[in-house]
Amino acid sequence: MMYEAILFAPLCAAALVALGSRVLPRNVVHGLPILAVGLSAVLSVRALLDQLGGEPVTVKLLDWLSIGGFELSFGLLIDRLTALMACVVTWVSLAVHVYTVGYMRDDPGYARFFALIAFFTSAMLLLVMADNFMQLFVGWEAVGLASYLLIGFWFKRPSANFASLKAFLVNRIGDLGLLLGIALIGGAAGSLDYAVVFSGAPGLAQQQITVWPGVSLPALDLGCVLLFVGAMGKSAQMPLHIWLPDSMEGPTPISALIHAATMVTAGVFMVARMSPLFEFSPLALSVVLAVGATTALATGLVAIVQQDIKRIVAWSTLSQLGYMMAGIGVSAYSVAIYHLFTHAFFKALLFLAAGAVIVALHHEQDIRRMGGLYRRMPITYATALIGTLALAGIPGTAGFFSKDALISAVTQSSDPVSAYAGWCLLAGVAVTAFYSARFLLVVFHGRETEAASHMTEREPRGLWMLGPLVFLAVPSLLIGWLTFQPVVLGKYFAGSLVSLQESGSGGPDLGAGTLDFFVHGLYSPVFLLAVLGGVSAWVLYEWRPRWRSLVAPVLRVPRRLLDRGYGFDPLLERAVIPGTQGLARGAADQADARFIDGLLVNGLARTVRWGSGVMRRLQTGLLYHYAFVMVTAICLLIAWVVLVLDR
Amino acid sequence: MIGLAHLLTLSTILFAIAVCGIFINRRSVILLLMCVELLLLAVNFNFIAFAYFLGDLAGQVFVFFILTVAAAEAAIGLAILVVLFRNRLSVNVEEFSLLKG
Amino acid sequence: MQQIPEIFPLILFYGWSGLLIAAAVGVITARNPVHSVLLLVLCFVISAAIWLLLRAEFLAVALVLVYVGAVMVLLLFVVMMLDINVERMREGLTRYAPLGVLVGLLLAAQLSSVWWLRRSGLEIAAPADSLAFEEGNTQALGTLLYTEHLYAFEIAGYILLLAIIGAITLTLRRRKGLRVQQVSEQVAVRPESRVRLVKMKTERDE
Repeated sequence: MMYEAILFAPLCAAALVALGSRVLPRNVVHGLPILAVGLSAVLSVRALLDQLGGEPVTVKLLDWLSIGGFELSFGLLIDRLTALMACVVTWVSLAVHVYTVGYMRDDPGYARFFALIAFFTSAMLLLVMADNFMQLFVGWEAVGLASYLLIGFWFKRPSANFASLKAFLVNRIGDLGLLLGIALIGGAAGSLDYAVVFSGAPGLAQQQITVWPGVSLPALDLGCVLLFVGAMGKSAQMPLHIWLPDSMEGPTPISALIHAATMVTAGVFMVARMSPLFEFSPLALSVVLAVGATTALATGLVAIVQQDIKRIVAWSTLSQLGYMMAGIGVSAYSVAIYHLFTHAFFKALLFLAAGAVIVALHHEQDIRRMGGLYRRMPITYATALIGTLALAGIPGTAGFFSKDALISAVTQSSDPVSAYAGWCLLAGVAVTAFYSARFLLVVFHGRETEAASHMTEREPRGLWMLGPLVFLAVPSLLIGWLTFQPVVLGKYFAGSLVSLQESGSGGPDLGAGTLDFFVHGLYSPVFLLAVLGGVSAWVLYEWRPRWRSLVAPVLRVPRRLLDRGYGFDPLLERAVIPGTQGLARGAADQADARFIDGLLVNGLARTVRWGSGVMRRLQTGLLYHYAFVMVTAICLLIAWVVLVLDR
Repeated sequence: MIGLAHLLTLSTILFAIAVCGIFINRRSVILLLMCVELLLLAVNFNFIAFAYFLGDLAGQVFVFFILTVAAAEAAIGLAILVVLFRNRLSVNVEEFSLLKG
Repeated sequence: MQQIPEIFPLILFYGWSGLLIAAAVGVITARNPVHSVLLLVLCFVISAAIWLLLRAEFLAVALVLVYVGAVMVLLLFVVMMLDINVERMREGLTRYAPLGVLVGLLLAAQLSSVWWLRRSGLEIAAPADSLAFEEGNTQALGTLLYTEHLYAFEIAGYILLLAIIGAITLTLRRRKGLRVQQVSEQVAVRPESRVRLVKMKTERDE
């Protein structure tokens, strides 16, 4: 019952708020979802505690499909991975719900917004708690729908509509991959149940599948790569990352909840969930590693040149997702999920802080018009500082533990691309520190700009928005000390994430304990790189801003490249979109209008009309004509009976 | 002695004449009714012949019923004809082609 | 039973058959519908004669009495009553008449061929007196009708009743404005609708 409540409480709240959006008072509109999500959050903690001492639980809710011998049930799988994810989702969601009360205070779509985020929470929980592939897919699509609706929340803005459509369409590419992967694996394994498929994984690794007459590929490799394509769409890995920066058109709480903390990490979660499959496909893991590491570095670089406060954080999210994927790629699933866990807190925190700044400056998002805000928004500044430190991986913060462990895992891996990936990630550390520091310095330090001086009150909108900030700042700073030992070192995920290396002798060497790891971190090149990045940002943006104009001419060409996000969008607009449109137009004009409508549909009608015109002449209406035909037919019938049948 | 073959041939010829009568004339509907009477008569001939040659009276019973039905049909047919004539002032077959598509 | 010479019925049969066919052809070719009907009557009478040869005495008599006497006369009535334009009736045969005749001949030939060419052992010799009953044809037929075929007989009666009702309903004309007695309304009338009691003040002479 508890597990069902976790899933369905937010859904019920969403339905009630959606149906009663015009009649319910404001207190109920935000109170109901907050209570429901709070209930889910408390119950997920309870589930997590249960899981610490217990076995994975499967709750079968109903028989979903039964087609021939193919059985599919609708059930919940609660193991340690699920419980942890549910905690992250519900708690971040709760923080965002509360924050929204302040942030969306004056928005006409207040009730709609609460209905949608509650719905999203439920969908995400469905995804996380699925016990079979089909249910995972349903949750996957439901969060995609919620994302689409929320990016386009301000549907009167053309740019928001464009961004939501773009997110939806780019995700279609990934979803196609996921669907094909599910179909392939389901077909090869004969079931879509996690338990059945995972236990048959070693057998699947031996199977070949014929993709074209004469061409067969290893089923598992192909399936895993296809699944990863799905993850690339949802988790915005290059080159399917293009939708995430544009998704910042949505309200900021959404960016925090969906496009930083939870939904975009669904891809990482999914691949980790499939770890029993990926473990048997080294090829797929190498692909994951290469894509993840490339994304981590390349998108981090783009974050440096962004001027929009939300876009900086968005590109940073892409980079961190790349880190997680790279961790997955070297089979360090628990470390990757741990990074997902810490990242959810500090990235949501950063987004919410950015949102607070945006609201304070009356929806100003350009950082060049910000500055010196730390005096006017001290609490926001403090929390943003914590978030930034965690993002940069300064030892002691939550981000440090997860990211350092992740980099260690990658550099210690024996994967063929791990050398390349290791370099990417290490460089990424410096880049991360640089753009984080730039974000903090430009927004909160420096000269006070005109926009900032218009602020009338300190920390506008008070506790509704500050509460969640503080609430998220605490785990961002401290949670590493509490959880690193049990989760990463203590083989917390042993039951749900399968890693052949970890269960064997190998696996990344992460030191003996939390303190040991922390001390190591202080002397590691990672910390050195982070300091380097941070200091160089401080030099360029705070201490000697004029040096920037000295550097600028040298870096003009790379800068233009970064400004355009490596030209993915122009490529899309010039090549892919016209090509698709041309194809669609061709299909509409030629195939549909001419062939199907013209030849088949109208042609059929014309044939019938012509034929009936001929037939109609036989119908004279004169009785003796009918009689004549009848008698002639009788003659023929008699002849047939006499001459043929009775011969 | 009259054989079965004689009678069957006679009824066949009668039947064929009646059938021809239905579709070679372009005159009144009354003639159609008369032709139907002739058709039934031809059929009756067969029944009577078989009753005679098989020594079974059931054939004559059949003829009895056919005559009954034919009388009823004639009555209804003529009534329809009368109504038709009242409405159209004609019984010409060629003028009745409402079924024409 | 009296023995009839073999050749005598055959001569009768051939003679009557020829007449019958000629009359039938006359029915469908006669220009005047009245002639057609009269020729049809002739057909029936000859048929009755041939049926007598085949020991269907009752049916032969019934054919003449009921059919010729009632149905054909009815037909004649209708033909004469309807003011048919005889001139237009004389237009003759259709354009397809030769083809129609051909098909008719084909049909006749086919039907005959079934007997003549393919009788497959069904050779029935004329039984001398197969239907010669002690009590006579009429009584035998009546026994059969009222016992074995009773239900069918009843149904035939209902069909005739139906034909009577149908013919009347079809041809009955109701003239508008005709004042007739409405029996059902007269029977169903209530006193209240006819008599009304009214209370009035008595008028006083001043």
